[in-house]
Formats: sequence, structure tokens, C-alpha cells
Amino acid sequence: MAKKKTTKKKMTSKTSPKRAVDKKRDAVTVKKIESLTTSIVKNSMAQKEPTFEIPTRSISNMKYNKKKRILEMGSNTQTRSLFNLGQSRKFMQSLLLAKGCKDLIAAEKTLSLRGMYYMGLHTIPGTKEKTFNDQGESDGILEDLEVSLDGLREELHVFAKKRGTMVGNITVVDNGDEINCRKMGSGGYAIPSICEPNVMQFKNCDADFILHVEKDTVWSRFNEDRFWEKHNCILTEGSGQPPRGVRRMLHRMHKELKLPVYCLLDCDPWGHYIYSVIKQGSINLAFESERMAIPDAKFMGIRSKDYERLDLSDDVKIELNDRDITRAKQIAAYPWFEGKREWQREIKTMLNNGFKMEVESLITKDISYVTEEYVPQRLKEGDFLD
Amino acid sequence: MPKTKKKTRSNATAETMAADQRDISVSEFFAKNRHLLGFDNARKAMLTAIKEAVDNALDACEEAGILPHVYVRVLQVNESRFKLIIRDNGPGIVREQIENIFGKLLYGSKFHRLKMSRGQQGIGISAAGMYGLMTTGKPVVIISKVKRKKAHEVVLKMDTSKNRPTVISDTEHPEDDKLFEDGHGTQVTIELEGKYQKGRQSIDEYLEQTAIANPHARITYVTPANETVEFPRVIDELPEEPKEIKPHPKGIELGTLIQMLERTDQRQLGGFLTKDFCRVGATKAREITKGAGMTGQTWIKTVGHTEAEKLYDSIQKTRIIAPNTDCLVPIGSKALLAGLLKEVKAEFFAASTRPPNVYRGNPFQIEVAIGYGGGLGRDDSAKVLRFANRVPLLYSQSSCCSFKAVAETSWKNYGLTQPRNAIPSGPLVVMVHMVSVWVPFTSESKEAIADYDEIRKEMKLALQECGRKLGTYLRRRKRMERESERRSVFERYIGEISRCCNSIVGADTDKLYKALMKQAKRRTDEADSKLDDEGRVLDDNGRLGSDEGVIIVDDLQDIPDQEDTLFGKSTKKKKRKTTKKKTSRKRGKN
Repeated sequence: MAKKKTTKKKMTSKTSPKRAVDKKRDAVTVKKIESLTTSIVKNSMAQKEPTFEIPTRSISNMKYNKKKRILEMGSNTQTRSLFNLGQSRKFMQSLLLAKGCKDLIAAEKTLSLRGMYYMGLHTIPGTKEKTFNDQGESDGILEDLEVSLDGLREELHVFAKKRGTMVGNITVVDNGDEINCRKMGSGGYAIPSICEPNVMQFKNCDADFILHVEKDTVWSRFNEDRFWEKHNCILTEGSGQPPRGVRRMLHRMHKELKLPVYCLLDCDPWGHYIYSVIKQGSINLAFESERMAIPDAKFMGIRSKDYERLDLSDDVKIELNDRDITRAKQIAAYPWFEGKREWQREIKTMLNNGFKMEVESLITKDISYVTEEYVPQRLKEGDFLD
Repeated sequence: MPKTKKKTRSNATAETMAADQRDISVSEFFAKNRHLLGFDNARKAMLTAIKEAVDNALDACEEAGILPHVYVRVLQVNESRFKLIIRDNGPGIVREQIENIFGKLLYGSKFHRLKMSRGQQGIGISAAGMYGLMTTGKPVVIISKVKRKKAHEVVLKMDTSKNRPTVISDTEHPEDDKLFEDGHGTQVTIELEGKYQKGRQSIDEYLEQTAIANPHARITYVTPANETVEFPRVIDELPEEPKEIKPHPKGIELGTLIQMLERTDQRQLGGFLTKDFCRVGATKAREITKGAGMTGQTWIKTVGHTEAEKLYDSIQKTRIIAPNTDCLVPIGSKALLAGLLKEVKAEFFAASTRPPNVYRGNPFQIEVAIGYGGGLGRDDSAKVLRFANRVPLLYSQSSCCSFKAVAETSWKNYGLTQPRNAIPSGPLVVMVHMVSVWVPFTSESKEAIADYDEIRKEMKLALQECGRKLGTYLRRRKRMERESERRSVFERYIGEISRCCNSIVGADTDKLYKALMKQAKRRTDEADSKLDDEGRVLDDNGRLGSDEGVIIVDDLQDIPDQEDTLFGKSTKKKKRKTTKKKTSRKRGKN
């Protein structure tokens, strides 16, 4: 034990400025947890209904800030109450997780979402009921807790399972370790789920832009072709809908290193929405848009007109199903897409085509068509959707 | 074609036929048609015999103002032969009348009057004796003791061809006096061919139901297995003596009118109408006679068939006030509930007594009581107990007016399940009682009430009234269950929450726990109001709580869950707590 402590101390002393910031933030978070609990205790003792407020995380309580071009959360809140049959269990779970977070902060450790699930998990004494049925339950509660404490998940010392990879002309310092993203082999550097400045610093970047692709398979193609080397860029990938870590990373590189962000995504509503999330922020995490959204991100492709423009074979067509069509119409109606003629045309063309296309469809032209022809051409022409 | 046999005909003449034509005695007729009286098979015959004897015993006791104690014993002589002994503590029968009452069909006090009583025609007990005689050849033995006199033992046989009793022996035995604890009473012994079987339509069931409808009677029953079953008396008060009434003009038919005209002591029409009928005064009599083109002074002897018919038509056209209803003595909601409560293991009881009504000029009144839940069978359809003038009706259920009324009532509105056109299912006992000076039975064996619209309507109204109370109770119980479930949910989480709060801000776990529990209780106090307080239905804005016609049995835990027994063994009765709210208390609060 003693030994461990000393090593820890050494580390902290090494990165003392970072820790100092950290502690301050932690103290604020703990205070928030405590004040929430205190108000519950006070109400209970006064025989008043113990409740707390949760800002509503739904499309109805979300505003598109035209000036900032990001999604922001409205002021609507919902009350979570112990003496409401539908909320009773959630109320209890919220407190359990709040307690878990406080313990985590006190121990100066972080846990994954799954770890938090296990931390709060036990059987309620005298019953056969478990405090959580599955991780989904605890994840939802944790998000509630984030918004009601007005604290970020990172501040609660919780992180998500990491997803997303990066490679390119940049060196970063991750938790004190210097990482040269130019020498990551074929696997790339896994973007951590917490990319806050206290953990992650940038160093030595000479890239000109960031190319974000939808998924790992496409990313591997680019990496194998050493695209980032030839075009002097950073190549990222978010395994579908990019997790917070990736978005935060993109946002910071965009803001701090002034790198433009281009997205290469599938031509389907799903791809469109990924772009929307990167650009404006997500509905669920609207409270974090300020820290995550990149209003200047550009959509490079795949474009619905590419089928004709590139003379692709019929085989790449994937028929739109009913859900795709509804979703596409929904997206077209979002206020941040509403006024954009080119986007309206894009979605309309896709609907008229009646099919969607994946980035991989370009492989039918040539294995490296996407890296050698498609992207360079778009970059050269400056042909993007905004 | 071969020659066919020539049919030989007797070619009777009017004279030869006349030789065969002779009187048929009533008793002979019934001996051949015994099913009309309820003696169709061995099992039913035994029940009918007991039923007639017990009905007579109860009628006699009540008429004499004695709280009845009836002793019934069924002795098995051999495989198919039984000896029935029925003893009451009634006033006894004077010696001269014994053979007429027990030996002659259609002899009795009840047929010629309009008065509410169990027996009506005076067929019952003598028919039972006749059945015994026919099947076993054994005479009926009657021991009767009148107050301050010695007990007589009369052995009777009846001559079916002459409808006349034959006394075989008439003796006095000093030891017989001891049979009658009260110093008076009657005992009948009939030996007959029978079959004893428990279950539905059994002697046991009949006596149980009799006990329900007659909570003022004590019945002791010794089964063939020599077990004694006691149905205790729960009300120490005799029902009021029903008044005898005269027929209502609208309740008679033309034939009856002609007969009455022939028999009347009156000499003029006005006197006849006002004296021999009820609800006819001088004015009404004038109106009727005028309508028939006669006057009150018209001599009766001048009234022939045509005139009678005119009179009858005039009566139908005249508005006559409905008959007096004080001739009816219903059991009453309170006694009804008391009776039901002692024999039925339910948790909820409701009763309702309708105001009297009239069918065909006969006053009648309907009472309904229901029992729900508790130890009643949950899976079958409801049990319908039918009564007429306090007598249980066990046979011909589906053709009975009361059964139809139960099936026609829409029980779904009251939270029960009910198949289409059938009686509801679930743990429910429905008791329907009709009192009347003349109960319209569908047959002489008195098994089912005839289906008159007026009667069925009254029955349905009474059923609905009880149903509404049950509905209120069930809804309330459901709400209560929901509330207590809510509370248990809250309580489950309160412990966790207190511990969390303790861990986060150091709040006192115990204090917080207690404070939250208190609040949880307060917020679900509806579940509480009945769990803690001893009656279950309490402050239901006075709807059930203040109802005199409702009893809710609280303490059901000590009643073993009996599978599908309508009534448990009455010998092993468990004490049950009952609560009844007083109307006055409720009113005071409001």
C-alpha cells in the first residue's frame, strides 16, 4: 500500500499543474452533488415531497441557436419525485449513482459506464429486486444526473467505452504520455473517451485539415494508402455515430489548431445525421454542444449525385426502406437543415433515387479509388455541402 | 296379398262405458302422478318429505308465536329404506285433527285464505305419508302434544281410493311426553324408499338454506351417519305475524268471481264487493256496478253468468288502488345478512329489500342478498339460492324467474365476469327471496317461481342494488390494493435513499428513513384506512360504510381456504370479526 501511494504521489507531483485544475473542478462537482442531496434531505425532514429537477432532454426542449449555429438546451425541466410510482425507482437509482460518483471523486479514480453500473448494483435488502436491471438503465440515469448537476460526465469521473481511431501529422500528450500519431502502425491511436485539456494536450501539429470518416473499414483503407501523409492531414473515425471522446477531440483540434473538418460519410439518413451531430450537436447531449459542435464542419460525400457523376454500377444501390424515408424527411425538416437549399436538394435527390450508398461502394471502381481519386478531387474542387 | 287379420273392435255402447266411469279420488290421482308433487325419484322424494314436514313445523311455530326449534333425523333402515323423524316445538295438534291433517290430501288451513305462509295447498305432508305407505307399506306415526295434555301417538294409514285416513292405533305413552322439552310439539315419523346423497339438492343443502332464510329458527339435524349438525338461532325475535288479506278485485279471474258470487254470505252486490274484496269502498263499488249496468242493491241471486262477465269487465276498467302490502313480512336486510353470514364464508355481504309490489292483484316483495369473496369457490359460476316465503327452492333452477333475473342482470358493471346470457362467475352467492300471499309456482311440487314480468323486474332492481354495493366495494378494494402496492414500492426504495443520503451528506439514516416512511404512509393513506382500522370499508364518503345493508368480514385469515364448498361445515365455525357502521355516526360527521 505504502509503495503504491508513493508512486501515485510522484505522478501527481510530475503533473502538478494538471492536478490542481482537476481538484478544483472536482470540488465544484462534489459540492453540486451535496447540494442536490441536501435539498432532498431537507424536504424529507420537513415532510415535503423529495424531488429534484432534470432539464428535459428531448427535441421539444431544444433550440437551434442560429447565431452560434449549434443546438442548445431549453429551460424546460421535469421533476423527478420519490412519491411518484413511475419515478420512484429512478429517483432511488439517481441517488445511488450520485453517491457512486462522489465516492469515485474522493478516490480520485474514473470508471466506465459499465463500471458505474456495477458500482450501483446490489439487491435491495429484504427483497429480490436489483437496483439496476441492466447497464442501459444506469446509463440513462447517469445522463439525467449529468444534466441535473450541470456537470459533465468527465467531471463525474465516468467515461464511456472508447471508440474511434485517429492517425496523422500530430503528436499528442495523453495523460502525460507523448504519442506520435504518425507512427501508429495499421491500428491507429484509439481516441480516449475523455479528451479534456487536463488529460490531453496537443503538441507538434503540422496537418492542414482533418478528414473524419464514418467507420473503421474506410479508415483502414485511408491509413493503408498513407493518405494522411500524402495530403498532410489527420484521419479520424468514429465507428458510426461518433462518441463524445471523438467529438470532443475533433472540436478541440478544430478550435485550438484551427484545422478545418471534412466528413466522409455514407449517403443515407444515418450518415446525414452523423454529420448533423458533428456540426450542431446531438439532441440528447444538447447541453454539451458548446464544447463539441463544429459548425464549420463540411460534408464531403458520398453525395446522392455520385451514382451518376461517377457512373457507379447498379450493384451498389441499397434500397431505402420506410424507416429511412421517414427519417430522411425528419432530418430535412430540422431547423438547421431547413434553410439550406443544397441540403434540401441532396436529400430530395436521395429520396428520388430511392436508394442509399455506402462509402465502400466506391471500391467497385477501384480498390483505392476513394483515396486516390474521390477525396483528392473533392478537396481540389472544394465541392462540399455545408 | 295375403289376407290381413281383421281388427276386432269391442264396440262399446254408452251403457257399457258408463259401467267403467267412476270417481277418481284426488289421492289416487296423485298416487299415480306423484312426480307432480316432487316425488319423482328416491332421492328427491326423501328431500320433499323432509321439506314438507319442516315447512309445516316452521309455519305452525310461527303462527303460535313460538321461536322454532326443529329436529330432523334421517335413519337408514337398509340400503334403500329410510326413516325420517321430524320434530318441532310447535303448539301441537288436537287429537281430532291429526288424521285429517296427515291423512287427507287437500286438507288444511292455508288454501282458503290469502296469507303469507310456507305451505299453500295442504298437499305436502299427507302426500309424503302416502309416498311412504306406497313404497314401504309402513304407516305414518304422529306423536303430538298440546300444552297441559298428554302426548298422543297416532298411527295412520290412508285409503287412497276414498281420500280418507284410517287410524290403525291411537295410544298414549308417558315416555313420549319427554320428547317435547317445551311441553308441546309434534313429531312425525315416515318410513320411505329413498336415497341419501350429499351435495347439491341434498337434505343438507336444504337445511342449510332453510337456516339462512330463517335466522330465528334453530335446526338440529342428525345425518344418516349419526353426526349432529346444529344450525344455531342467530335472531331471538320472531318475524312479525303476517296479516291475512282478502282478494284484490284485479287479482281474480272470471271463474273465481263466479265461484265467490256463489259462496258469498252477502245478499246484495254492494255488500259483496266491499266485504269480500280488499280496497273496495262504497264509491268504488258504485263505480264497478255502474260500469256493469247494475247497482249496489242488485241481488246476488239475480247475477248470472252474463252479468258476472259484465262485472268482471267493469272491474278491469276501474282504477283500483293496489292491495295492502302490510300482509307481507320480508326477512329484512338485517336478518337476511345475519342468516347469510352464519352459513356463507364470504368477505362481503350486501342485502336489499325492495318495496312491496303487486302482480295479478297479489302483493309480493323481493329481497336479495349477496355474498362475495372469502372462502367461496373462485372458478365456477355464482351460486343462486332461491327462496319463496322463506322456503329454499332446490330444483328446476333454470326455469325459475329468480335465476333468469340473475342471468339478465349485467354484472359486468359491478366488476364481475359474466358469460353471455348466463349467471356471473366468481366467488359469489346470490340469494333471491320472494314473499307473497300467493307465490306463483310453476308446478305443485313448488320448485320454481313463475316468470311474471313484475316479479322479474323487482328481482332485477334488487339485484342491481346489491350489485352496485358490490361494485363499490370491489373498486375500492382494487384501489386499496393499488395503494398498498404503491406504498410497498416506496418503502422498498426509502431504505436505499436514506443510506445514500447518509453517505453523501452525512444525514442521519434512521431519522431520514422514519421521516420518509411517514410521508409514504401519508401519501398512501387510502390503503391504510382499512388496513389499520378494524373495518375494511370506512370513510368511503359514507357510501358503503354507512350502509346498513352491507357487512364486510375483515378477519378472513383464520378461515381455511376450502375448495369449492359453498358453506363450510357449520359445526366448526370460526369466529369472525364483523364491522358495521352506524348510519347515525356517519351523519354526525357530515
